[in-house]
Amino acid sequence: MPADQTPGQPAAGGAHAASLDPAATGGAPRLLARAALRDVAWEVGVPKPDPAIVVDGVTRSFGGLTAVSVDHLEVQRGGITGLIGPNGAGKTTLFNLLTGFDQPNTGTWSFDGRPLGKLAPHQVARLGVVRTFQLTKALSRLTVLQNMLLGAQGQKGESFWRALVPGTWRAQERANTEKAMELLGRFKLDRKKDDFAGTLSGGQRKLLEMARALMSDPKVVMLDEPMAGVNPALTQSLLGHVKDLREEGMTVVFVEHDMDVVRDISDWVVVMAAGKVIAEGPPQSISQNQAVVDAYLGAHHDAPLTIEEEDRVLAEAEAAIAREQHAEGDVIGSETRREENR
Amino acid sequence: MGELIDAFAVALKAGLGFQAVFLALLAIGINVQFGYTGLLNFGQIAFAMLGGYGIAISVSQWGLPFWVGVVVGLLAAVVLALLLGLPTLRLRADYLAIATIAAAEGLRLLFRSVSATPVTNGTRGLSGFNAEFVALAPWDTARRYGILGTQWSGAELWVTAVGWLLVALASLLIWLLVRSPWGRVVKSIREDEDAVRALGKNVYVYKMQALVLGGVLGAFGGMVYALGTASANPDQYQNANTFLAYAALILGGAARVLGPVIGSMLMYFIIQFADTGLRTLIGNGVIPEGLLSATDVAQIRFVLIGLGLMLLLVFRPQGIFGDRREVMLDAR
Ligand SMILES: Nc1ncnc2c1ncn2[C@@H]1O[C@H](COP(=O)(O)OP(=O)(O)OP(=O)(O)O)[C@@H](O)[C@H]1O
Ligand SMILES: [Mg+2]
Repeated sequence: MPADQTPGQPAAGGAHAASLDPAATGGAPRLLARAALRDVAWEVGVPKPDPAIVVDGVTRSFGGLTAVSVDHLEVQRGGITGLIGPNGAGKTTLFNLLTGFDQPNTGTWSFDGRPLGKLAPHQVARLGVVRTFQLTKALSRLTVLQNMLLGAQGQKGESFWRALVPGTWRAQERANTEKAMELLGRFKLDRKKDDFAGTLSGGQRKLLEMARALMSDPKVVMLDEPMAGVNPALTQSLLGHVKDLREEGMTVVFVEHDMDVVRDISDWVVVMAAGKVIAEGPPQSISQNQAVVDAYLGAHHDAPLTIEEEDRVLAEAEAAIAREQHAEGDVIGSETRREENR
Repeated sequence: MGELIDAFAVALKAGLGFQAVFLALLAIGINVQFGYTGLLNFGQIAFAMLGGYGIAISVSQWGLPFWVGVVVGLLAAVVLALLLGLPTLRLRADYLAIATIAAAEGLRLLFRSVSATPVTNGTRGLSGFNAEFVALAPWDTARRYGILGTQWSGAELWVTAVGWLLVALASLLIWLLVRSPWGRVVKSIREDEDAVRALGKNVYVYKMQALVLGGVLGAFGGMVYALGTASANPDQYQNANTFLAYAALILGGAARVLGPVIGSMLMYFIIQFADTGLRTLIGNGVIPEGLLSATDVAQIRFVLIGLGLMLLLVFRPQGIFGDRREVMLDAR
């Protein structure tokens, strides 16, 4: 599978990798990130040798709920950082904040030392921080190839007046098309290039969204559950692609629930629960971490119910239904029932 | 039979006349905004009114040359687009819809109000502003001309010819735009604007450009209408025209370059054919007077149009030019 292939052009993010070590454009970056992180302590908020992203005191609350509250977090450049945590831990919200799609209540964060706090999403993307979405955003009524071409940066023909003079953008369009076809080939989507993206399967859309993000030659890619809903065989090839990104010198942050996947590809794992970072460390350190075990298996909704609990919940639900039938049309009734079901 | 051929000729003239041009330009503008970019402009008629009154007020009230009036009309449309877009285009799609519909009603009421009478001449409207335009005609505008069994006055023919030239130029412009990377960006915004933002495009700017372009095309439509009727009256610019233009766009096929053009021609053809045809059938007793009287025809023809549109949406949801595959994607 593609996981074993040597990447076609390792220099795409090469300049970026070069800031680490000028000689390291080949297969070395992976070892570099691993090696650099070897001596880092396994504790929350620990400084990294060469951070690409630094987050400081970022909080975001929705009404009374604090969705994100991160004191300090650094993401190592050129490495794959896995972000895990139970449902509702605040992973997607953190992604939204870092990429300008949401505004925090407090806090600052920077990329390459440049504060990103005041930037709009498109400005963040132009700096080279590109994200994908948990709920895939394929542009349905555009073809696969058009989806890809949209990802290219600095297109002359995207300005209104120059669009009217095809001569000014034809050559660039051809070059972008070539690049898009090369990427589509890598993601096994090249035969679909003229199909509407809306006809692709869920897994193929995930692949397309990732390939589209790569069209922009990002420095940092942030993938929100890139493997969700993708069949195991395809997961293997997606994993290969993610590893390829690191070989090209990109910094990868990804959210994933499957621990096998996380263990397989991450250089570093960050665990969130209830908005906070509760643990950090290399993959092997995580499963032994008591805070993590508590977060996942403690009093949380992920844990399976015991028979007694099930009986209790059932009884409460029945009581609630009985109550609701007395107070017909009472909306609050159905709300309480859902609360009690938790 | 001969009467039906006459009805056909009358309808043909309506489908080719300046009213069809007016509708086509409104619909082309809406196609840019709604068809390609996904913006809901429910007040396209306001842009047309500014276009028409731009000429009427400049020439009749301020004594300025015709060309200055054209520029005034276009600038007014650009300003209206900016005013409507600045606060709403960062918000959800429905805010623009509400703002535009309110602007269309509000502007019309303002133009017919007593306080605006010194400028707009209130409900009596303005006239006598198209002499300079008519004088540009390369043929004798006092004569009548017969084309394909239809009768045209020279001035009417001139407005119509200029109008169709505008439609052709607008279609060429749209054709160039939508096959460019610019067109790709606006179509992507229609599909999912967050995805476009995440790829580094300034969505707000593109939406604004689409809104302004569509508004300017609407203003041209209003100018053609004012020149064709040789008058500008607030009540000519009812917002029902906006929805007629949407219907024409859907009939022809949204997000197709020629969709709004063919749709508008057909729309006027059908309206006129239903009108004259029904009157003929009532007149010669084929439809008994008790079932339908001549006075009902004006209403009944729109019922027929509505029925036709419903059948169209059932059997050909993509319109005449649309791509069925594309439309069916939404149903997934
Ligand atoms: N727009 C919003 N309005 C209100 N609450 C929100 C909003 N977005 C997120 N939240 C809340 O913030 C918390 C964190 O949500 P988030 O989507 O970040 O979780 P997550 O870690 O990505 O979970 P998952 O693994 O299920 O994707 C949740 O409790 C959620 O209900
Ligand atoms: Mg999430």
